[in-house]
Amino acid sequence: MIFRLSFFSLLLLAFALPNATLAEPSKVFTRTLDNGLKVLVQPDTRAPVAVQQLWYGVGAAHEPPGQTGISHVLEHMMFRGTERFPGESFSHTISSLGGRDNAFTGRDYTAYYQILGRDQLAIAMEMEADRMQNLLLAEADLQKELEVVKEERRLRTEDRPEASAFEQLQATAFQNHPYGQPVIGWMSDISQIDQKQLRDWHRRWYAPNNANLVVVGDVDPEQIFEMAEEHFGAIPRHEITPAPRRQEPVQKGTRNVSLHIPAQTEYLLIGYKTPVMAQLPKKQRWEAYALSMLTSILDGGNASRLPKRLVRDRKIAASASASYSLYSALNSLLVLDATPNPGHTAEEMEQALLAEIAELQAQPVSETELQRARAQVIAHMIYAQDSLRHRAYMIGMLETNGLGWEVEQQLVDGYQAVTAAQVQEVAQRYLTDYTRTTVTIHPLNVAKVPAP
Amino acid sequence: MIRILAASLLAFAISAQAQTGPRIEHWRSNSGTPVFFIAAPQIPMLDIQVVLDAGNSRDGALPGLSQITHSLLNTGAGDLDADAIAQQFEDVGAAYNAEVLLDRSKVSLRTLVDPEWREQALATFTMVLGKPKFPETQLERRRQQMQVALKKLEENPGAIAKQAFYQAVYPGHSYSSPIVGTEDSLAAITRDDIEGFYRTFFASGGAIVAMVGAIGRTEAEAIANRITQALPQGPAPNPLPPPSAVTEAKTVVIPHPSEQAHVLIGQQGVARGEAFHFPLYLGNYTLGGGGFSSRLMQEIRNNRGLAYSVYSYFFPLRHRGPFRLGFQTQKSQVDQALEAAYAELRRFLADGPTEKELEHSQNSMVLGFPLRIANNASMIDYLSMIGYYRLPLDYLDTWTDRISAISHEQIVTAFQGRLDPDQMITVIVGGQSQP
Repeated sequence: MIFRLSFFSLLLLAFALPNATLAEPSKVFTRTLDNGLKVLVQPDTRAPVAVQQLWYGVGAAHEPPGQTGISHVLEHMMFRGTERFPGESFSHTISSLGGRDNAFTGRDYTAYYQILGRDQLAIAMEMEADRMQNLLLAEADLQKELEVVKEERRLRTEDRPEASAFEQLQATAFQNHPYGQPVIGWMSDISQIDQKQLRDWHRRWYAPNNANLVVVGDVDPEQIFEMAEEHFGAIPRHEITPAPRRQEPVQKGTRNVSLHIPAQTEYLLIGYKTPVMAQLPKKQRWEAYALSMLTSILDGGNASRLPKRLVRDRKIAASASASYSLYSALNSLLVLDATPNPGHTAEEMEQALLAEIAELQAQPVSETELQRARAQVIAHMIYAQDSLRHRAYMIGMLETNGLGWEVEQQLVDGYQAVTAAQVQEVAQRYLTDYTRTTVTIHPLNVAKVPAP
Repeated sequence: MIRILAASLLAFAISAQAQTGPRIEHWRSNSGTPVFFIAAPQIPMLDIQVVLDAGNSRDGALPGLSQITHSLLNTGAGDLDADAIAQQFEDVGAAYNAEVLLDRSKVSLRTLVDPEWREQALATFTMVLGKPKFPETQLERRRQQMQVALKKLEENPGAIAKQAFYQAVYPGHSYSSPIVGTEDSLAAITRDDIEGFYRTFFASGGAIVAMVGAIGRTEAEAIANRITQALPQGPAPNPLPPPSAVTEAKTVVIPHPSEQAHVLIGQQGVARGEAFHFPLYLGNYTLGGGGFSSRLMQEIRNNRGLAYSVYSYFFPLRHRGPFRLGFQTQKSQVDQALEAAYAELRRFLADGPTEKELEHSQNSMVLGFPLRIANNASMIDYLSMIGYYRLPLDYLDTWTDRISAISHEQIVTAFQGRLDPDQMITVIVGGQSQP
């Protein structure tokens, strides 16, 4: 494949647009209030709507053992009202204005969002500022909400074999590092979360200096800065005591977990401990791009190696995929997974995936594959412009994880610079028997699948 | 509290303004296929959807036939094999997809508009749609893949409940055809079946083309002509016969080793384009559609802590699509939750929304209208729906007016006309795990 267009001219294409404010679609305006709240605004005038996201720098990775899931329970309780906006009046008000609201909790963050008409932002901001400080956390609500969260855990994890396997992968790979803890929390931990713990958690982490406010949409940055000052400006900053650093002890060999649960097919997960951009010194950041490139070469579309070789050519897998969290705050896992076709086994999946890794270590990847991965990164950067929510998500997540929103703009350059030798080097360095954990699902109570 | 009052007054003031949708251009391609286009010059990308009258309700005697046909399109076409097709798309960053729904299917492409990149993506897309070869070896592979997909569905109590629900609401009708097929049908499907399905249901006479992106009308016309000429030339397939009414209440209980029971309640509801659709849609916002504000959410989740997710919706189709109310809860709480859900349903059928609830739902929908069409991805989905169901071209322009004009009485009449709690299907799957 000849690369018909230089990266630069393609990006120019994205910038050379008729609409004035979209002429620089990636421009982010920022201001930090005196109390430490950072406000980030990205205008987009295509429609009279806006997305507001308020990101707090607290998530599952900040939780002490025994209190796993507390960030997520607090997220739920944030919708149970304050004195000024009691009960469900936050969501009710947003919906009466035609907006939608919700929240999400991750390992590194808790974020709240509203999508609504650009003229309705002030009320959303006022209510967010109010619940940053004045959350009720009523006992009766909490008892109900804990039951809701337990049902959520049953729905998302207990009754989903692949999600259970993923939870086991993290918990086994990380013995002290907090990414071993599930975001939703262990069932017994959820049961023992109480009002006082939640109050302390809210006080400790929900401060303007531990938050980023992101607005993307048909707005004027100056007006947003003024509005943020009006609603959040008076909230005092307070010292954030960071969670104790929980260093992962050195792994001394491959870890294997066999999971015997009700399921219909065998399933295999492999995780390799890998560094992420946020934890690498600047001059070593290429390693994170190289690991991301490696992941694309395995599973960046239908032409990549896993779908081509395991699924189409050898026909041993019904599906096979790879993922790597380039932007997470702490070192994480590069994950491979595969589901065998009838007549094939999880063990064959493991051998096939390990053979793919061995090949990446032994031979440089082709220039064609590198170019294909780069083309996709460029295209998807442009496609991503279509979703306000995604853009706000990227800005908020990169800021909260300590990388800065600018990092996304460097992705194309980062990918452009990765060489075949670098991909080989990170494969050799990080994808080893001493960084590997494997989880296999052996279906309970299911007869062996017949040979084809 | 004063702030909320002010906000709702503001909402009122704004809801008086009618809101219009984006400018939709419509014409027929030179093979007679309807084309719908919205110019969106801001981002240098183009979305194309070819919408076919080829959903899984067209499976006939072979459930899974639509899905397997669609999944084979990109595994060999013209002189390209599966690898070459994938490379042609991905070398230029294009995203190809084929999705099967109940009535219709959508084969779609997202590409950059740069002429050379776009040309490569379009040439490949046209080949995949117009010259698929359905290679035997790929068919065998897909067959196995779907057998695994079928197994995965059997792991999932929610998916089992959905299948049982459709079977009970549409007995003997193709709306209950399981999308990934059955063990027997997957074993039986042949290459001839697939070719036959393609010739009949991919015909240009039954297709529509929707496009949103940074191109001009002339370019859009040329692209539509090229795509529709490549499709098998022929008339639209015969209309799908309507389902027969189900008038008897029925409870289906299926054991499954899950911790939660998945519960679905419902019956046949409303067809796309019927007068009842808008009152039902608006009324359901209050009952179970309006996210955190709905009565079901309030009663079952917030007040009782019985479920994480609880909802109701109407799913309008060519014929009467289902009304469906659903939740998941621990086995020991199923009776309590069922009782609460039926109580809310009966109460709503008897009295409809309160005046305040009606006002809230109308404000929410009218003020929230711009969110529905705020980006290219949502606009092409509306084009696809308007085109396929032959809705009027001003559907989006009149949408907020139609919502604003609905009365309490119209909602009650529509709900009572279509739902009868004494004729409901109830499906309960799972919750049989040992403590």
